[in-house]
Amino acid sequence: MKRKEDPRLIQGLGHYVDDLSLPGQLYAAILRSPHAHARLRKIDRSAAERAAGVVAVITGEDIRGVLGTIPVAAALPELKVPPHYPLAIDNICYVGEPVAVVVADDRYRARDAVDLIEVDYEPLPAVTDPEKALEKSSPRVHEQFKDNQACLWKIEAGFPDRAFKKADRIVRQRFLNQRLIPVAMEPRGVLASYDPGPELLTVWSSTQIPHLLRTQIAAMLNVPEMRVRVIAPEVGGGFGSKLNVYGEEALVAHLAMKLGRPVKWMETRRENFLATIHGRDQIDDVEVAVKQDGRILALKCRLTADLGAYHQLLTPAIPTLTGLLMLGCYKIPAVKIEYVGVFTNKMATDAYRGAGRPEATYLIERMVDLVALELGKDPAEIRRQNFPKPKDFPYSTPTGVIYDSGNYEATLKKALELAGYKKLREEQKKLWKQGRYLGIGLSTYVEICAMGPSSAMPAGGWESGTVRIEPTGKVTVLTGASPHGQGQETSFAQVVADELGISPDSVIVIHGDTQAVPYGIGTFGSRATAVGGTAMFLAVQKLKDKLKRLAGHLLGVDPKRIEMGEGKLVVKGKPKKSKSFLEVVQAAYVAKTLPPNFEPGLEATTFFEPSNFTFPFGAHVCVVEVDAETGDVHILRYVAVDDCGNVINPLLVDGQVHGGIVQALGQALFEEAVYDENGQLLTGELMDYAIPRAWDVPRIETARTVTPSPVNPMGVKGVGEAGTIAATPAIVNAVVDALRPLGVRDIQMPLKRERLWALLEARGS
Amino acid sequence: MIPASFEYFAPRSLEEALQLLAHHGTEAKLLAGGHSLLPMMKLRLATPRTLIDLGRIRGLSYIREDGGRISIGAMTTHAEVESSELLRRRAPLLPETAAEIGDVQVRNRGTLGGSLAHADPAADYPAALLALDAECVLTSQKGTRTVVAKDFFVDMLTTALQAGEILTEVRFAADSPRTGSAYRKLHHPASGFAIVGVAARLTLDATGKGSAVSVGITGVAPKPYRATGVERGLLGQTLDAKRIAEASAQATRGVEPLSDLQASARYRAAMAAVFTRRALAAALGRAQKQG
Repeated sequence: MKRKEDPRLIQGLGHYVDDLSLPGQLYAAILRSPHAHARLRKIDRSAAERAAGVVAVITGEDIRGVLGTIPVAAALPELKVPPHYPLAIDNICYVGEPVAVVVADDRYRARDAVDLIEVDYEPLPAVTDPEKALEKSSPRVHEQFKDNQACLWKIEAGFPDRAFKKADRIVRQRFLNQRLIPVAMEPRGVLASYDPGPELLTVWSSTQIPHLLRTQIAAMLNVPEMRVRVIAPEVGGGFGSKLNVYGEEALVAHLAMKLGRPVKWMETRRENFLATIHGRDQIDDVEVAVKQDGRILALKCRLTADLGAYHQLLTPAIPTLTGLLMLGCYKIPAVKIEYVGVFTNKMATDAYRGAGRPEATYLIERMVDLVALELGKDPAEIRRQNFPKPKDFPYSTPTGVIYDSGNYEATLKKALELAGYKKLREEQKKLWKQGRYLGIGLSTYVEICAMGPSSAMPAGGWESGTVRIEPTGKVTVLTGASPHGQGQETSFAQVVADELGISPDSVIVIHGDTQAVPYGIGTFGSRATAVGGTAMFLAVQKLKDKLKRLAGHLLGVDPKRIEMGEGKLVVKGKPKKSKSFLEVVQAAYVAKTLPPNFEPGLEATTFFEPSNFTFPFGAHVCVVEVDAETGDVHILRYVAVDDCGNVINPLLVDGQVHGGIVQALGQALFEEAVYDENGQLLTGELMDYAIPRAWDVPRIETARTVTPSPVNPMGVKGVGEAGTIAATPAIVNAVVDALRPLGVRDIQMPLKRERLWALLEARGS
Repeated sequence: MIPASFEYFAPRSLEEALQLLAHHGTEAKLLAGGHSLLPMMKLRLATPRTLIDLGRIRGLSYIREDGGRISIGAMTTHAEVESSELLRRRAPLLPETAAEIGDVQVRNRGTLGGSLAHADPAADYPAALLALDAECVLTSQKGTRTVVAKDFFVDMLTTALQAGEILTEVRFAADSPRTGSAYRKLHHPASGFAIVGVAARLTLDATGKGSAVSVGITGVAPKPYRATGVERGLLGQTLDAKRIAEASAQATRGVEPLSDLQASARYRAAMAAVFTRRALAAALGRAQKQG
């Protein structure tokens, strides 16, 4: 089934924040710091205030004690939390930090006036390298802390030291998971309006989490939560970058209340690069203990995460997901992980598609390849050897999570068959002899998604779902998930339609408006279908029970004998004895012929709390040829076999896999946020920061195995991030494999052409 | 991405545009397709007081051949160059180059004249214009003058255009028999501009020797240049893969290659040689096919 969302989006009939306008609306423009680290000495706003059309100029001093700090939801032992205000007060800690905001009657005049604000900065030394930041001599990002270490988190299980002593070999490697910029197609944007009659503050924001945002805005503004309404209209992508509470969201809401007029702020692309969260930025020093026969006994990792200057909502929690998933899809009995979070004078990192799991998958999948190389074994064989077997599930890992279900061997086998692995290896040998560099890369991944049980989530991990059958038999679904491109308006309608025996065209899915939808958690962590979908699925079961009871009453039979048919409720075994769906629905509303103690109406809500995460998995095979003269990487084949449990809509699943792989390709080959040592972002726009273009994307061959999840009744797992998690190591493994004849064992991402060319040149290709 | 305020004029004739340009002087910028100027204005890297939009002037968009000379109006879009049957037959180097510029949207709006006048050192067209020995026609209220491509590109973002002049036309000779050409490019992964772009055109005499060889290179230096060292190595020689490879090693002779995040000077120089060889080899193959 095609996406129900697309006709309106393709025709330009969707309404994003910037498509909305209110009478009397003002525009905000933000002055941002050009310095990475500085003391704010003085701000002279008089010229800006005098400029044509300017209504107000606000600085940090104006919000001191008025607006609360930007929240961090991550709970880690001994986490240092510097106060983080919507506008800088006293100190600047990264380039792009908001210093002042101009509100004017027109967005051009607001922007012009920004240039008229004079700020006296006292520049301070900046630190941008996380390892240098940990040195004693480093400038401190926050003076009130004794050093730049933001947090320290450890896992140790299964006696790793003992395992390392028993090892035949120890394989070591350092991996840099570079800083990335999410670059959602629609930047952030906020429109806020305060209606003094009903005392209602309405905030439209391009967000993934409208309900959590509402709670936080109420807290930051000190406004009663029931007087705040947050609406996420059409959202043009998030990839985690809108799974956050940003200073601008509170600031614009505050301005609307203060000035008594609607205020809109739209982020420019430049601001989006500087001041929307970044992703990844980890250094992983990994060592594994292996037996000569290929068994991996233990893994140790020191993980240094560059968190940037401040915490955003989940900043320090992201690397803990790396920790939980670090053993990948292998039965490795012992582990020791030490994660150090570090402050630097850069934008905060936070959740970016995959959020912690791509880092884990990258390091373990690269490591397994290095083990194969070291032992002279085939990388497929080493993987097979260390997989848990199907009978091992549910499988408890030493990192403390329980993989719900899996059959890793079946997936790998299918991927190798589809790719023609044996033949590829023969072909590779031939081409190597001709001086051509063909490489074959594998990635067998597992990931943590359907986030998640509330015990493991900072702000609840459940989801709400409401199903309402209207008197005409049409159905309205309200979900606490907040889809922004994933397509749940389609897949949720399919599920409800299937359950009720009606057409998906008779179902509408409403989301993103806190006044319309019961409280929910939002869309992130590949959770919407497995958690939000399940809530809705359970709600519709309640309605089915009610419909059957009523139909039984109307037909004079025991409700247990009623089943759902196409557009009707039928007595089992007697297909002619039935009531139409509409008749039963109308009976529930007209309420004249109800069974005793039967509530009129047809609406049910479920708040679903999952008992565990789900753990989708898969096997990807990438085939590349490296141009020996230029270092250019050509992806010749890409085979993705994914297992996300039961599939509701294959088109949506394929779309998620395609998009995820493309995003991974960006990280593998060219994406890289580069700051210089003074904290200036050198890749500050799309002319410098390369995201994949259509011409960079290979044909992607997708296939699936199906291992249902026992965690939810639909048996679904989630697929929103799988491609991004799986594909980065598959591509890098392929390129490293291609250059194996030159003795190459690792190459740092991104695999820029010049980097590969230099390797080829140095080794005399 | 909000530009500073500016005054906007949309003249209907070239005369009117020249008058406006003379009146507003250096405060004014000419707007053609806008695909370089407008992004710079949105970032406030350019803040012209006045924009003179050439888009409504009739008669600046054409592709013609007259007696073996091809002329192209400055407002001809990249897409029109790319798809021109006349050019594909008579001077295929230019449509092949146009096809490598940006993406479909850029090619539908961007213009030949706009690109040349902007003189981005990584733009694609300049390489082809140099290889074609093209002339640029510059028009002012005083009349017109022509400048050969080699002299038109003065430096990074600087051309031979004087105050009050508008680039109105580009002219060059159509391919003679037994001529082959090719444009080969290593694109910047973010911007799509050329890290190295090489346009080669060569003509063979009856014995298979190179009777004319021209190589234009963009992206490598602050301004596009003719790789004269390469050309000298091939002129009058029997052309084959080996000779082309040898000559291509001279691609950056006398040039100091640029260096940036995507490509160091050393890498650029190496790639200039590789892409020169590839462009020449392709051009030779095409010339030979013509028998």
